[in-house]
Amino acid sequence: MGLSSRTSPRVPAPIACAAWLSGCAGPQSALDPAGRGAERLAELFWWMAGGAAVVWLAVAALAVYAVRGGARRAGGGAQRALIVWGGAVVPTLVLGALLAYGLSILPGLLASAPPGALRISVTGEQWWWRVRYESPGEAVELANEIRLPAGEPVEFTLRSADVLHSFWIPSLGGKMDMFPGRETRLLLEPTRPGRLRGVCAEYCGESHALMAFDVVVLEKPEFARWLAAQRRPAAVPAGGAAARGGELFGANGCAACHTVRGTGADGVVGPDLTHAGGRLSIAAGTLPPGRAGFGRWLAKTHEVKPGALMPHFGMLPPEDLTALAAYLEALR
Amino acid sequence: MTTPLERDQESRLLKAWTPPKGWRYWSEVNNTEVGVWYTATAFLFFLFGGALALLMRIQLARPGGDFLTADAYNQVFTVHGSVMMFLFAIPIFEAVAVIFLPQMLGARDLPFPRLSAFGYWCYLLGGLFLCGSIFFDAAPKGGWFMNPPLTSAYQTGIGADIWLLGFSFIEIAAIAAAVELIVGALKCRAPGMRINLIPLYAWYVLVAAVMVLFAFPPLIAGSMLLELERAFGWPFFDPSRGGDPLLWQHLFWLFGHPEVYIIFLPSVALLAMIVPTFARRPIVGYSWIVLSAVGTGFLSFGLWVHHMFTTGLPGVSLALFSAASEAVAIPTGVQLFCLIATAAAGRVAGSVPMLFTAGGLSVFVVGGLTGVMLALAPFDFQAHDTFFVVGHLHYVLIGGALFPILAGLYYYYPLVAGKKLSERLGTLAFWLMFIGFNVAFLPMHLLGLRGMPRRVFTYPAGAGFDALSLSSTIGAFILAAGVAVIVWDVLRSKRGQPYCERNPWAAGTLEWLQEMPSKPWGVRSIPEIDGRYPLWDQPDFERDVDRGRFYLPDADEEKRESLVTSVIDARPVQCLELPGPSFVTPLAALTIGGFFIFGTFGQWVLALLSGAAGIGVVCWWLWTGTSVILSQPDKDVGLGLTLPLYVSGPSSVGWWAMLITMLADATAFLSLVFGYFFYWTVRDDFPPRGAAGPGALWPCLAASLLAGAWGLTMLARRFNRLGRATGFHAAIGGAGALALGGAAALLAGPWSTGLEPTSHVYPATVWMLAAWAAAHGLAGALALAYCAARRLAGRLTARCDGDLENTALFWHFVAATAVITVAVIAGFPLAA
Repeated sequence: MGLSSRTSPRVPAPIACAAWLSGCAGPQSALDPAGRGAERLAELFWWMAGGAAVVWLAVAALAVYAVRGGARRAGGGAQRALIVWGGAVVPTLVLGALLAYGLSILPGLLASAPPGALRISVTGEQWWWRVRYESPGEAVELANEIRLPAGEPVEFTLRSADVLHSFWIPSLGGKMDMFPGRETRLLLEPTRPGRLRGVCAEYCGESHALMAFDVVVLEKPEFARWLAAQRRPAAVPAGGAAARGGELFGANGCAACHTVRGTGADGVVGPDLTHAGGRLSIAAGTLPPGRAGFGRWLAKTHEVKPGALMPHFGMLPPEDLTALAAYLEALR
Repeated sequence: MTTPLERDQESRLLKAWTPPKGWRYWSEVNNTEVGVWYTATAFLFFLFGGALALLMRIQLARPGGDFLTADAYNQVFTVHGSVMMFLFAIPIFEAVAVIFLPQMLGARDLPFPRLSAFGYWCYLLGGLFLCGSIFFDAAPKGGWFMNPPLTSAYQTGIGADIWLLGFSFIEIAAIAAAVELIVGALKCRAPGMRINLIPLYAWYVLVAAVMVLFAFPPLIAGSMLLELERAFGWPFFDPSRGGDPLLWQHLFWLFGHPEVYIIFLPSVALLAMIVPTFARRPIVGYSWIVLSAVGTGFLSFGLWVHHMFTTGLPGVSLALFSAASEAVAIPTGVQLFCLIATAAAGRVAGSVPMLFTAGGLSVFVVGGLTGVMLALAPFDFQAHDTFFVVGHLHYVLIGGALFPILAGLYYYYPLVAGKKLSERLGTLAFWLMFIGFNVAFLPMHLLGLRGMPRRVFTYPAGAGFDALSLSSTIGAFILAAGVAVIVWDVLRSKRGQPYCERNPWAAGTLEWLQEMPSKPWGVRSIPEIDGRYPLWDQPDFERDVDRGRFYLPDADEEKRESLVTSVIDARPVQCLELPGPSFVTPLAALTIGGFFIFGTFGQWVLALLSGAAGIGVVCWWLWTGTSVILSQPDKDVGLGLTLPLYVSGPSSVGWWAMLITMLADATAFLSLVFGYFFYWTVRDDFPPRGAAGPGALWPCLAASLLAGAWGLTMLARRFNRLGRATGFHAAIGGAGALALGGAAALLAGPWSTGLEPTSHVYPATVWMLAAWAAAHGLAGALALAYCAARRLAGRLTARCDGDLENTALFWHFVAATAVITVAVIAGFPLAA
């Protein structure tokens, strides 16, 4: 049934073909599906787009014919027939068929995950994502990056810590809004490995545009290895600039907001940074990874992300910033 | 060859209808003047909103643009959407209707000219206040949909208050205009214009205005709740204190979806006037169009949930609202095919209006088809809140509203200015706009499906958005160039251009009776109608009208007059004396506007003072200008017909206006009741365990007192009819006292049990409902006092009892409001 069925992942030929034709590919494209829901919906879209083109051409042709006077010889009966058939009967039939097809997809999209499926809670916060892998095994909290096993249904439990957000990975399926004080659910099932991008789709304030996240679909064994690695505490650098950065991290109060498991840092206000250096981007999909990115984020926080709650640290001497950036980069 | 009598008649009509000169011109209330100010202002706001759109397009021309800051961009997109919706799309419908509706109906003016003028001044004041805010970096930035909690707890500036209070003010003015248009269409038609002969434009205006009546109140109620949360901490949308942000979305979209049709229907209405003229034949499928328009209006109130498909609703709701949303395509399709059938039946002459009509429809059909896609919940999961929707809504609104409005501009411009706009410039403008529009908005569909969300001030390079986004920017500027051509065409000096001939398009409907240049009286004599296209069907029609051979050819007392007719078959029932120019209308707008503007800045004392002054001005306006008892009871209006000058109750326009206003008021009230039951349904802690309600004693006493006040009001009306002064004053005094007591008792309930409105949404909701009903009790008491004073002053008599009739009608609603309130706040907790 629907999404939870275990048939092998397969992109229907017309979709693949059409997607290739129109250059719809991309890590964030609903027309380049990498998940079961997105496949169904892309297929639905192409059918509807084709149908819409036919309808538009038919109406336009009819209108041109009418204006040219081709229909004038026909009497009042023909005019009434035009209104009845063109305005009412044909649209009713077409819309009825479309509803039957479109709504038949719905149960699959809304189905619950099978027991034992991977469960991930995501909380939207201005403007980043708190991600918690609830199962299997012990829970682990990450931020701004989601990795998923290919071919497995995943159930997301969605919340917001502040305003409304909306959780959307276009290549995997539809979006779902996130509310404070209310839980929503979303079932996704990636079908092929690859690197994708998710975004916040609901306007959520000043830096709504800068609230993205990386999504990586891995083969199952690789995913298991990654999750195990994420569960481990941070690999604290032993020497050099990075180690000094670790001291600065404590001295400048970073630990009040951020957790780095395995160190004394256990703040819960901001993103967990235990493996921040291993992530594919910085500041919720805003900066490229690496030392330079961390440095820029620390020094120019509000230039990078206007309105961000984190205070900027541009007042620190450059060598301290470099050391902090080195420390964060080392947290792989 | 005019006879001396006709010349005298004309000079008297001229004296009555000529606008005042100099600065007093702005006290004018006549529909032709007010309608033109209204339309011009709406176009100015349109240009302002368009300029904001260009700023956004510059910002999004390339990835990582830094033309605007994030904060500025968010203000710009919020104001763009809000201005286009609230200050252009809806006002332009009401503005155009104010100009042309009376002329199409063969009336001299709308029934309440001062109300139109008041509506205009409110609109101007509120609009300037809103638009001005962006120059002080204080504009709203919560999106035109203003979702809390972003707009309640996370935006501390005055921007959100400007939006909530400013637009509530404008919405109240829009409801006033709607009341005016509904009563105009129902009661001020030319004799003989039975309900099946009404011009289609008037039908559409009627439908759209009725929709305003039921669509705006939920938003006003929602805005009130949100402002109470912002200003006083009543937690309607704060989940930590039992509130729920979803209630806002329900109330907003209960307004927001019908609003689309409120914009679209009056624009189709223009096409329904234009197409028959250029096809040289009557519309095909008149009754199909009327039924479809009414059907669209009804259906549009059952679709709002399709704006909330991604909020996690159960599958049944999704399927149901998908089906309902698809269904609205059918009446829309019928209207479209009626226009095509009309074109097919006639011989279409090419012209700028027809160019904009054809272009508009071809664009609109695309928007309709993408709408069919979006209405399907599963597809909406992907496309919702992306640029796909931005593309869709602009195809709908520009194709379905802007292009038809521009068709209307080119078509109707001669009626306003006496001269035609340029065919050449119009054609150029059309092609620039048509091409620019498609270059700008077609790529947006693909942008959305490639994953670009809406309302983003920037986007990353290489995500597949760059080229499409740049195309949109280029298209937007081409579109803007087309608009600039139109602006030039309208503004360029036409001094050398001769006045065009009368009825230049050879149309068949009444508005084209107008002479070139126009005369201020509108129509020389009010004709008797027996077809839908009198200028085509009735021989010598123009001549007979011009020579004053129909009704009211004269203004013997040099006063403004028009006819009131019956609703269904347009039988003349009254000769209505219309009020003339007055500065009371801008004064009322200023004082009532003061309430909202001071409130925005948190100056609630000044706000209340200004509001009280506003109520005073309105009372003075009513006292001096309405229900005036004339020296003679009736009048010869021509063609051997004598009509009363004063009527009251259901024959009068005032009674209808009261009824219609109260329907809007009741809708706002029911929105609040909906809120109560919404919380009760979705929240386990509503009411919180062990919470005190308002008790039973005070609410029940309040309901009894207000019901008693209602009974005494009815008794007072009876005594007045019988001419029993003592009985009247005793009854009305008693009613007023009971009303005040009832209002106090309503508030005493939650007061006595110590309900603290900031602590939780439950006490806040109880207080809100009680306060709403109490305010109605107070207003009812004021109305009773007004009636008593009118009778003492000899301005209300046994026969001339319009004020009392209207007050009695008002009291039906007050009593119902009070009883329902008490049943909900005191009765329901016992039952639940």
